[in-house]
Amino acid sequence: METIDESEVSEINDAGVTDPVKVGHTAMVDRDNRTTIGEILVDNPRMSCRDVNVYYGDNHAIHDVSLDIGRNEVIAMIGPSGCGKSTFLRCLNRMNDTIDICKVTGTITLDDEDINSKKIDVVPLRAQVSMVFQKPNPFPKSIYENVAFGPRIHGLANNKTELDEIVVTSLKKAGLWDEVKDRMDQPGTGLSGGQQQRLCIARTIAVGPEVILMDEPCSALDPIATAKIEDLIDELRQQYTICIVTHSMQQAARVSQRTAYFHLGDLIEVGDTNTIFTNPRHKLTEDYITGRFG
Amino acid sequence: MQLSILVIVLLALSSMAFYMGKKRAFQVAQGKIRNLHSLPAYYGLYTAIWCGIPALIIFGVWIAFEPALITHLVDLRAAADHYLDLVSTSHAALTIVVLSLAIGAGAFTLTRIRAQQRARNTVESILTAILIFCSSVAILTTLGIVLSVLFESIRFFQEIPISSFLFGLEWSPQTAIREDQVGSSGAFGAVPLFAGTMLISFIAMLVAVPIGLLSAIYLSEYSGPKFRAIAKPLLEILAGIPTVVYGFFAALIVAPAIRDAGGFIGLDVASESALAAGLVMGIMIIPFVSSLSDDVINAVPQSMRDGAYGLGATQAETIRKVIFPAALPGIVGGVLLAVSRAIGETMIVVMAAGLSANLTANPLEAVTTVTVQIVTLLTGDQEFDSAKTLAAFALGLMLFVTTLVLNVIALHVVRKYREQYE
Ligand SMILES: Nc1ncnc2c1ncn2[C@@H]1O[C@H](COP(=O)(O)OP(=O)(O)OP(=O)(O)O)[C@@H](O)[C@H]1O
Ligand SMILES: [Mg+2]
Repeated sequence: METIDESEVSEINDAGVTDPVKVGHTAMVDRDNRTTIGEILVDNPRMSCRDVNVYYGDNHAIHDVSLDIGRNEVIAMIGPSGCGKSTFLRCLNRMNDTIDICKVTGTITLDDEDINSKKIDVVPLRAQVSMVFQKPNPFPKSIYENVAFGPRIHGLANNKTELDEIVVTSLKKAGLWDEVKDRMDQPGTGLSGGQQQRLCIARTIAVGPEVILMDEPCSALDPIATAKIEDLIDELRQQYTICIVTHSMQQAARVSQRTAYFHLGDLIEVGDTNTIFTNPRHKLTEDYITGRFG
Repeated sequence: MQLSILVIVLLALSSMAFYMGKKRAFQVAQGKIRNLHSLPAYYGLYTAIWCGIPALIIFGVWIAFEPALITHLVDLRAAADHYLDLVSTSHAALTIVVLSLAIGAGAFTLTRIRAQQRARNTVESILTAILIFCSSVAILTTLGIVLSVLFESIRFFQEIPISSFLFGLEWSPQTAIREDQVGSSGAFGAVPLFAGTMLISFIAMLVAVPIGLLSAIYLSEYSGPKFRAIAKPLLEILAGIPTVVYGFFAALIVAPAIRDAGGFIGLDVASESALAAGLVMGIMIIPFVSSLSDDVINAVPQSMRDGAYGLGATQAETIRKVIFPAALPGIVGGVLLAVSRAIGETMIVVMAAGLSANLTANPLEAVTTVTVQIVTLLTGDQEFDSAKTLAAFALGLMLFVTTLVLNVIALHVVRKYREQYE
């Protein structure tokens, strides 16, 4: 954490992203002064992270990140590729458990309960904090079975009628019902990319989560499908807390209330989305959102 | 000159031609490779090909036709001396022709090398021709085998009606050789053989499918990389054990053990039983099932697992409800390939299942299989065109058709599965 090591600086230089001297220099300044700029705290947070560090073997991927995630808010995570957005997101429902070499330290709480504690069972945790991935990944099953998967494994429905109802409401919430109501028994993999992604969102909603984590949910989609998903996110905010990783600044500005900027494993700046985009305080944030970096 | 020496000399000449061609190319290019159309080695190969291949072709044709020609020339009463004489003359002539052709063609090509000559293109098209030749040898051989089996089977079916072969319930291929001999008249009903084959294959699959599949799931989903790195090759060693070893393992250890165990609980078990052969064959097939299943399970994209874990599925749920269904077509394909392997297996059943063609579903009795009968029909002194011998071809044809159909289905299933994620 102390000083940026040579290889990382030269990596930036090699990429030729921006003026090497300046980025190398500012990055170094930032690492000496590692406190995050902005309001990491919110009132009555749904999740809160304190001093989270993540290591992939020897690779220190996330450095001392502290961040609160409020209720019914959409928080966008932005930053250059490889800065640890996905890694941080995956900490929030312990998806990093599935990677052998990954080690997470620090405390992360969901409604004041430590999710990393031994007492917590990941199964209900992941039902509460569910994840939608970058690439649509419907199971090779029918549309109905895709959505019914979560309720089935968590025993959310007592009979077929209840299950049908969950499936239909989830598809409606995901804005997909009208397009698929006549073909529920056809394979989910046969849908278009945008429909598949909405199917994955429906599948996530069906387990009744409190927090939805979305890792670049629109990166494989065309603008129209993207617009649909953004509308959907806006609607879902009424009931859920949403963390979304995105590479599109416009998308972050459109859908989120708060924005967090990550850089090389550090959380550089957090705050109100409008403020961050109109008046960034940190040099790195400014460079990134004005398109000079990343 | 000995013919083998001639071949060696020819090869030596060709390699010399290679170096000379290469050197010549340098000369023509005045030492600058850039002046040449192709890299110097291509000019070398070009020269070597012209030096070696025509000569080799003449050599092959000569050797193939020599005996026929000489036999034609020698009249029946002439002495063997005369024959040998002709042979050595022929060989001397061959040597002269081949060597002069090689040297002549090589030297001629050498003088014709030009800087702008497209040596690479010529060499590559000749290489393509050689590749085509080799693959057609393989294909034609297969075709030849299939056709000869087919024709011999047709001859068999002229003697024995095809319906009594396919549906006859009795198999006893002993035919009387002399008129007065006591012996059976020969019955060629293949049903008991196919029933035996099915029974043993079924037992084998009962062993191989669960063990193979579950170990594949363990290896691909649960075990750590270290265990996997050791266990997978170990499992695959099973496939490398010669089947004759499995055979005596079955005959000398498993079959007596089963008989003893059966005797212990009051069952009458034949000393050669379908069960023993099936069990051992099952063990032999485990690596087919496990290795293929492991591959298809690994081919299920990580995103499927992430999707399930991200919704809170446990590892077992993920495997049962997502990975296994996704991999199922591929697994079925692997199992079908294993079945066709089991059907064609011979050694184990010869040694452990017995020779008596019983039509039974009882795994404790001795049965016999198609492959075993083919072996017994063709071992020992045989008249080549007796119904008994020809029956082997008919059985072989049936076996071939069965495994072919199974393989086609399996490949089809596997291919369909491949398309799903691409
Ligand atoms: N499974 C893994 N094993 C080892 N290292 C990993 C793994 N996943 C990520 N990393 C490392 O952690 C760092 C952060 O990666 P992460 O995927 O979180 O970046 P990201 O911000 O999501 O990037 P992108 O925008 O490209 O998705 C990178 O240096 C990466 O190499
Ligand atoms: Mg990412």
